[in-house]
Amino acid sequence: MAERVADPIIRLRGVTKTYGEGATAFQALKGVDLDITGGDFVAVMGPSGSGKSTTMNILGCLDVPTDGEFMFKDVHIETLDRDQRALVRRKYLGFVFQGFNLLSRTSALENVELPLLYRGEDKKTRHDMGMAALEKVGLDKWWDHTPAELSGGQQQRVAIARAIVTNPDVLLADEPTGNLDSERSVEIMKLLTQLNQESGITVLMVTHEPDMAAFANTIVHFKDGLVERIETGMRARVDA
Amino acid sequence: MLGTTFTLAIRSILRHKLRSFLTTLGIIIGVAAVVAMVTLGKATTAAVQQQIASLGTNILQVRPGQGFGRGGGGPRPPDFEESDVEAVREQVAGVTAVAPQAQSTATAIHEGANWSTTINGTTSAFFTVQPWPLTAGRTFSPAEEAAGKAVCIIGATVQQNLFRNRQAVGERFRIGGVSCDVIGTLSRRGQAGFGGDQDDTVIMPIKAVQRRFTGNRDIRLMLVGVDETYDSAQVQSSLSDLLRERRNIEAGAEDNFNIFDTAQISATLTGSTTLLTRIVAAVAGISLIVGGIGIMNIMLVSVTERTREIGIRLAIGAIASEVLMQFLVEAIVLSLLGGVMGLVLAQVAIAIITPIMQVPWMFDLQINIVAFAISAVIGVVFGFFPARRAASLNPIDALRHE
Repeated sequence: MAERVADPIIRLRGVTKTYGEGATAFQALKGVDLDITGGDFVAVMGPSGSGKSTTMNILGCLDVPTDGEFMFKDVHIETLDRDQRALVRRKYLGFVFQGFNLLSRTSALENVELPLLYRGEDKKTRHDMGMAALEKVGLDKWWDHTPAELSGGQQQRVAIARAIVTNPDVLLADEPTGNLDSERSVEIMKLLTQLNQESGITVLMVTHEPDMAAFANTIVHFKDGLVERIETGMRARVDA
Repeated sequence: MLGTTFTLAIRSILRHKLRSFLTTLGIIIGVAAVVAMVTLGKATTAAVQQQIASLGTNILQVRPGQGFGRGGGGPRPPDFEESDVEAVREQVAGVTAVAPQAQSTATAIHEGANWSTTINGTTSAFFTVQPWPLTAGRTFSPAEEAAGKAVCIIGATVQQNLFRNRQAVGERFRIGGVSCDVIGTLSRRGQAGFGGDQDDTVIMPIKAVQRRFTGNRDIRLMLVGVDETYDSAQVQSSLSDLLRERRNIEAGAEDNFNIFDTAQISATLTGSTTLLTRIVAAVAGISLIVGGIGIMNIMLVSVTERTREIGIRLAIGAIASEVLMQFLVEAIVLSLLGGVMGLVLAQVAIAIITPIMQVPWMFDLQINIVAFAISAVIGVVFGFFPARRAASLNPIDALRHE
């Protein structure tokens, strides 16, 4: 059991989530327990309605559990208010969405700089950090292109650059390859793997494609609002 | 944080130039309407005051008869006599000068040009009571006045029609069978406030007019100059008492003369143009409010259209107050931009319209500041509702928004 005793960066205990009230109430999570170790690459899988998206929303501090505990870096997130959670997102989390969600008519660099603006970084710092992030995803030469001028794969790489520009602890990716063909998907997964291994960033990714989940080290399977099973140590167990 | 939201707001405005322009259009038109209307109203008031001032301020016009009309039946009230003029000048306190007037019309002829005009017989006191500068020549000498010599001071319209604007002093022309020497020419005064061309006149000594044109010694009008330090109403009252006594009007009977106070008319007319200015300003003000509602509508649509953008910002870590500030600052910047453009548009409109309306051009700093301030307030008031709506969005729903 005690193969890895490192403190988990994320700890869910008895987390439930109920939408609606009374007769129409729907319980999306029925008591989820989950530990995620810092630096892990976790794929979350499960059929739709299994509670994986709800869990990701809670882990992303976008939503709060109805009941239960959510510890992130030893902080009880479930006790925080809306603005405090926004500050947690700003400081520790990065998001990548299925639909890229870049601001239109806005250059790649300005999109990447956006989180730095909210952090109050000055212009020079924003530019330097933004360019560095674009370089990591291999798009530094495309910095002045707007989303409309970029391919889907490039847009998702810009979105990843935006997510990592603040050097977050956790990168949450919601079906990051859902809108891409298989070749681009593999590119994106290689990029995420590289970021995970080189920068030690914890990656949480929702996917329903086993091919993509295969890039992860840990796979969490959801079913009917509960964690069904966890496969870990998927990556060649060189660290064992 | 304010610098950040300002940067965000400016970027967003610049990214959507057409939308931004359409948003501000209502404010542009509203501010332009308020500023132009108020300025033109004030210019009209100024023009009216100027025209009345040309009649002379602090002047009482005294005429026989009641009011403007002659009234119903009964005998025509007698005109004034020379002794009345003397008495008013000597006995009423606060009177600086009295100019009697006798009027006639005749055709003036000079070198084949002829022009039908009004002859005003008066004394040199006429030029003391009201300032009317000469462009050339002089006014009557006491000797000319006493003798009733046929000397003329001509108005600008007469000079134009009879002498083709050439130098007229020293020339001689015929008027109603009388040969008359031009001793002075008058500066142009323009239209009187009540229509009629004040420059279409020939001024002669009153004795000459009475002897050669009217054929009697009656005086149809007295222009009474009032010392500025005296209360005009007080002077009017003692003037009225004196005339009642001299014209043997019994106590209780109505006056058979009237006193017309130019200062009072000026105040009345100024009051009505000021009132009109306020009314058009109020109407224009309503258009400004409608402009504000326009901003609100487009901002609300914009919030809906940008729901996903707001979701991204929230997910990235923007707190609600930052999103609120961004949209509020956008609304304020837009309405201030609209305000500036409205002010510019108003100046253009004023420059075009004032010559057409024949009112003086003017720049009223106060209304410009007020209209600009109102546009800022509108930005805050009408920007707040959409901004609050943007800030209250749930990031998860906002991100899913199609």
